[in-house]
Amino acid sequence: MTTADPTHRYGEFVERDLTQHPPALTPGYRTSVLRSPRNALLSPRNTLTERTGPMILPDELGAHDNDMILNFAKGGLPIGERIVMHGHVRDEFGNPVRGAFVEAWQANAGGRYRHKNDTYHLAPIDPNFGGCGRMVTDENGYYFFRTIKPGPYPWGNNANAWRPAHIHFSIIGDGWAQRLITQSYFEGDPLIEQCPIAATVPSRNQLRSLIAQADPANNTPFDSRTYRFDITLRGRRATFFENPRSTGAAR
Amino acid sequence: MNSFSPTPDLPPLTPFPMVQRRPETPSQTGGPYVHIGLAPQQAGFDIFDNNFGNVLVSDDTRGERITVEGRVFDGSGTPVRDVLVEIWQADADGRYHHPADPRGERGDEFFRGWGRTGGDFDTGVYTFETIKPGPVPGTGDTIQAPHLAMVLFARGINLGLHTRVYFDDETEANAADPLLRSIEWEVRRNTLIARRGTRNGKTVYTFDIRLQDTPDGGRETVFLDI
Repeated sequence: MTTADPTHRYGEFVERDLTQHPPALTPGYRTSVLRSPRNALLSPRNTLTERTGPMILPDELGAHDNDMILNFAKGGLPIGERIVMHGHVRDEFGNPVRGAFVEAWQANAGGRYRHKNDTYHLAPIDPNFGGCGRMVTDENGYYFFRTIKPGPYPWGNNANAWRPAHIHFSIIGDGWAQRLITQSYFEGDPLIEQCPIAATVPSRNQLRSLIAQADPANNTPFDSRTYRFDITLRGRRATFFENPRSTGAAR
Repeated sequence: MNSFSPTPDLPPLTPFPMVQRRPETPSQTGGPYVHIGLAPQQAGFDIFDNNFGNVLVSDDTRGERITVEGRVFDGSGTPVRDVLVEIWQADADGRYHHPADPRGERGDEFFRGWGRTGGDFDTGVYTFETIKPGPVPGTGDTIQAPHLAMVLFARGINLGLHTRVYFDDETEANAADPLLRSIEWEVRRNTLIARRGTRNGKTVYTFDIRLQDTPDGGRETVFLDI
């Protein structure tokens, strides 16, 4: 493991490697066609604006905020497969990201979202399931939450498109440049191979990094299964000399 | 074996070991129901005691109160009604509430500097109640004009789109701003400038975002790889 000098804890972020992310225009995912910029992105030098970011403290959250089994229960438990999802948030150099704000949202066991715009009314709402949770990572960058495994979900991309079971994740790290939203899938789900959104990920290895792995050693016997999903955010580089007055070269 | 395959025994281009660096987790779209996780009340239910929303100010926050609002349009000119917008900004003195600010993390203790909101499901309008930020140091000895950092997430957007909001009554500071000056195409700089107006005695800056160029050209908002 190579780390930046810890005395430079708040240096600039290493450039985002856009080849590791989906491009903006991915016609197989049809909504992206009219919602993707046609111009190239502009790459400015990192300033304080990008090196800082919002801080959310654990005591701002409620006791059950990371427990989707209990945080919307109205006199009963939600129906579905009880699971724990856990993992570490680290940067590209392996350093833990402490105090990261991790938010998750998902459909219920039948693939129905609790959202006023969800039209999949054939699958019912679960009165005891909300479908969102949140937590702040500890000193080791570790997070965990408990939930119901979400069901697959049909959508209008093409007439027979089904999302694999997935949980949406939003991460606010230690700087605005680390801001990330992604989705985690579940090991062994055959729908992953057919999904136009999963297919926007540019390589097999990167897609694999989105697939949560069964972690049977950490199951709670006679209670719940466990999945592991680790998250990697951008790293900060060391500052060897004072910053020159430079905002970038001509293109 | 097809006859067009490249010579198989070329040496690797990098004969020394690379520094080990694991790739960043790849982004995926926030999808149409992003509000469930990030703005549950807008999705239609109440779950958390403490919600993070679009009002960044309290009575004790220092600085000039402003409203920032606008719409996000797709390549057909249709409002993106399921967009989720976040802003990140300095306080009235141009200080960020974060330890990476060399002046320390304690700026205005009544101002976190971060807000989020969804576009209205009918009109697409997003709104923030905040303060106008002070100027922030840039790289070297430069000063940046007052600005908000903004990021957009939505169905159809695979990787969050970053941009900045500047203010049209900061003509002099904008003219000296390193980022605005680095935009080679002057016609595109205007896409980052919010227009000041007044409504019911309150200051309102309008900032519309165009995701995609229309045939008349030059109107697509500048997006950043930060």
